[in-house]
Amino acid sequence: MHENKLAVITPLGLTELIGSLRAEGFRVIGPTLRDQAIVYDEIESISDLPAGWTDEQDGGHYRVRRRDDAALFGYNVGPHSWKRFLHPPVLGLWRAERTEDGLAVTGTAEPAEKYAFIAVRSCELHAIAVQDRVLLQGPYIDPHYQARRQGAFIVAVNCGQAGGTCFCVSMNTGPKAREGFDLALTELIADEHEFLVEVGSERGDTMLAAIPHRAAEPRDTSLAAKAVAHAEGNMGRHMRSDDVRDLLLANLEHPRWDDVAERCLTCGNCTMVCPTCFCTSVWDENDLTGNVAERKRRWDSCFTMDFSYIHGGSVRSSGRSRYRQWMTHKLATWVDQFGTSGCVGCGRCITWCPVGIDITEEVRAIRGGGGSDGRA
Amino acid sequence: MEGLERIVSEHRLFEGLGEGFVNLAAGCAKNVRFNADQYLFHAEDPADWIYLIRHGRVALEMATPGRGAVQFETLGEGDIVGLTWLLPPYRWGYDARATELVRAIALDAKCLRDKCEVDHDLGYELLKRFLPVLVQRLQAMRLQLLDVYGPPR
Amino acid sequence: MDRLAEPPPLAVADAMVPRVARVARRVRELPDTWTLDLVSPDGGPLMHYAPGQFTMMYVLGVGEIPVSISGDTSDATRLVQTVRAVGKVSEAVTKLSRGDTLGLRGPYGTAWPVADGYGRDVVVVAGGLGLAPLRPALYQLQAERSRFGKLVLLYGTRRPEDILFRRQIAGWRRQLDMAIEVTVDRAGADWRGHVGVVTKLIPRLGIDAENAMALVCGPEVMMRFAASALSDIGMPDETIHLSLERNMKCAVGLCGHCQFAGSFICKDGAVMRYDNVRRLLALREI
Repeated sequence: MHENKLAVITPLGLTELIGSLRAEGFRVIGPTLRDQAIVYDEIESISDLPAGWTDEQDGGHYRVRRRDDAALFGYNVGPHSWKRFLHPPVLGLWRAERTEDGLAVTGTAEPAEKYAFIAVRSCELHAIAVQDRVLLQGPYIDPHYQARRQGAFIVAVNCGQAGGTCFCVSMNTGPKAREGFDLALTELIADEHEFLVEVGSERGDTMLAAIPHRAAEPRDTSLAAKAVAHAEGNMGRHMRSDDVRDLLLANLEHPRWDDVAERCLTCGNCTMVCPTCFCTSVWDENDLTGNVAERKRRWDSCFTMDFSYIHGGSVRSSGRSRYRQWMTHKLATWVDQFGTSGCVGCGRCITWCPVGIDITEEVRAIRGGGGSDGRA
Repeated sequence: MEGLERIVSEHRLFEGLGEGFVNLAAGCAKNVRFNADQYLFHAEDPADWIYLIRHGRVALEMATPGRGAVQFETLGEGDIVGLTWLLPPYRWGYDARATELVRAIALDAKCLRDKCEVDHDLGYELLKRFLPVLVQRLQAMRLQLLDVYGPPR
Repeated sequence: MDRLAEPPPLAVADAMVPRVARVARRVRELPDTWTLDLVSPDGGPLMHYAPGQFTMMYVLGVGEIPVSISGDTSDATRLVQTVRAVGKVSEAVTKLSRGDTLGLRGPYGTAWPVADGYGRDVVVVAGGLGLAPLRPALYQLQAERSRFGKLVLLYGTRRPEDILFRRQIAGWRRQLDMAIEVTVDRAGADWRGHVGVVTKLIPRLGIDAENAMALVCGPEVMMRFAASALSDIGMPDETIHLSLERNMKCAVGLCGHCQFAGSFICKDGAVMRYDNVRRLLALREI
C-alpha cells in the first residue's frame, strides 16, 4: 500500500513530524552540534539540528565546518552511532539479595524507552540490521536490544555527499537507503529547501498522512537522484570486498600484522565508534553490607587485556594479536558467524583512530599488489 | 640361547640388522630379573649393560637431598632402559629401580661398543635406531617440564 | 490522527538472570578442588543436561564463572560441579557450605558425542582437572557398556597427590570392563604407576584406531599433543573431540568474549571436533 510512495515536505513538515512523534510518546533522537562534533542526542525541534554544518574527515581527523547553505543534514557521520540507544553502553541487568532463605533475585532491568531516530544514514540502517542478526537471531536473544529495537521509529536520510572516510559503495551499504526505515528523506536545496520523502512502512505512511506534504514530481525525484549520485561518486575510501573473508583467513600470519601493531595503541576507539561492535562485559556492584548486589552490563572492547583473560593470563596479550582479532572478526569470521560482513563502510574507525589506521589500507596491504585505489 | 636370539631379533630396535648381529648380541646377552625395589643400576655406575624389558616396570629417578627420590619416567614392556651406553664417559646419569618384578634381557654394552668401533656400518645402524628413542624421550621430557597441570601462577 | 501501533509486549526471558540453587553436599577432592552437589530449593528437577555441558555459577556480589558439569546426566535432581579455587570467584564458590544458595544459569554448550562411539572403541584422555568434564561421559559409557567396543581411560596429572577422583578410579578399575592407565609427570619413590606424559600411553592403546572415537579434555597444551598423538596412530581427526576453554561472560553468544577464531566456545563448543580446530590450535594468540 505504501510501496514506493513518494512525497515532498518542507522544513515545516519536518518540524511537525518531530512534534507528532514527541506527542506520540517517542523520545526523538537526532543529530545536533555539541563540543565541536555532530552527535546524536534528544532533539525537540528542527532548530536543534546542525543546520549549515558539515564534517571534514580523514584518518585520525574530524572537524566540523560551516557550509555555504542551510542544509540540515549536510554532514556524514560523527562519533556516535545508533547503537548507543539500542544497545546501551551501560545497563543494569538484575538485582539480588541475601534473604533468610538465601539468595533471591529481586529486580530486573530498567524498562526500554520508545525511540524515534531522525537522520539515520544508509550505512547506519545496515549497521542496525547487522546488530539485529547478532542480537536477535542467535539461539539466545538479547531482550534489552529487542525491546528498544521493536518500537523504534526510523527516519532515514539519503546522503547528498560522501565523507572523507566513507566507503559504503564498496560495502554495498549505501548511499541510498533501501529498506529498514519508516520514512526516508533526501534533502533538496535548489530554489526551495525541501525534502523528498519515501515511505517505507505502514507506520511511516500514517505519520506522513498527518503532516503537510505535496505529491512528488519528476523534478523532485531527479534532484534527489542527482544528490545521491554525487555521494556515490565521491567516496573517501574504497575497499574491494568480495574476497576479504578468504583473504584474511588465509593470512593470519602475514607480516602486515606486525606493521600495524607498531602503530596501533590498542586504545579501543574503533570499537567504541563502530556501529556494529557489540561486545559487552558484566560486573557486580554491591552495597556496603554485601547483602545486596546489582549485576550490570557495559560495552567492552576486544582491545583490552582483560578481554581474553584465562588461567592467569591473556590469550591475546600482544597488540598485534588484538588488532588482528578485531579486524579479522569484523571482516572475516563475522561472515561465518552471522552471514554478512560486520563492516558497513561508515569510516568511523578510520576517522577516530588517533593514529589514523585505515582498515581499507590494511586490507589492501595484505592483499598485496600495491596500486592506489585508496583515496577518491 | 634360542630364546634370547628370538627376543633380540623380534625387537623393533634390532629389526633388519641381520643374523650376524643377532648372534653377536645373543652371545653377549643374558636373562636377568629384578625384584620390586631392586636397582638395575645407580647414577655414576659404568653404563655397561642395555636392558630390554620383557615384563614389569622400571622407574628412572634421581635423588635429591631432603626431597628423597623423584621419579621422572617409568618404562615398561618392550622399552629399552639405558641410552647413555652409547656415549662417553659411559656412566649412568640416574638411578633405575624396578617398581615391581622385572624380567629383562641384558645386553653387554661394552661388547657392542667394541664391535661398533670395528664395524662402523653396524655402529651407524645402531645409532640410527637409538637416536629416535632419545629424541622421543627428550620431547616427552619437555612436555613434562611445561608442568601443564599446575594451577595458574 | 491514527495512533501508531504499539510494539507487542516482550515475550522473551532474559538469559542473563540466574535461577537459585542450593548446595546439598560439599566434598573436598584435593587441597584446592571441591565437588558441590546442587539441588533446586523446591526439591524438583534442577536441569536436564548432556555430558560436556557447563553452567555459570554465581556468588552474590562476587561474580560468575563457567564450570563444566561433572555428574551423572541421568539424575536431573542433582547437579554435580567440581571446582578448583584459582581466582576470586572460584574461591568463593568452593567456600560455599551445605545449605548455602548460589545463582545458576545453563546448561550451555555442546556435548560429548558419546553416541558416535556406538559400535566402536572409545578412548578417553583426561589431563589434570580435565577428568571432571569427562566424568559425565564416562558414566554414560559405563551405563551403555555393551554398545561400545574397547573402552580405555588415559589420565595424566602432575603428581600422584593430584589425582582427581582417586578412589572412584580405583573402583572403576575393579568393577568395569575398561582399561585404565594413570600417569604422572613426576612422583616420589613410593609411586608404583606410570611416570611420563600421557602421549606415551597412546601408541600402545591396542584399539582399532581407524574406527574409534576419542574424547580429550585437559589443559590446551596437553590436548594438542594428545590429539596429535592420537592422529599419529591413525585416528581420523574428525573422530577426536576436545573441550576448549576461553574467557566467558554471558555464555549465550552475545558478549563476544569466548571467541576462538570464528567459533564461540559457549555455543559452538566447548566440545569441538579436532579437524575443525587443529590448524587454529597451532596459531599463537588466536
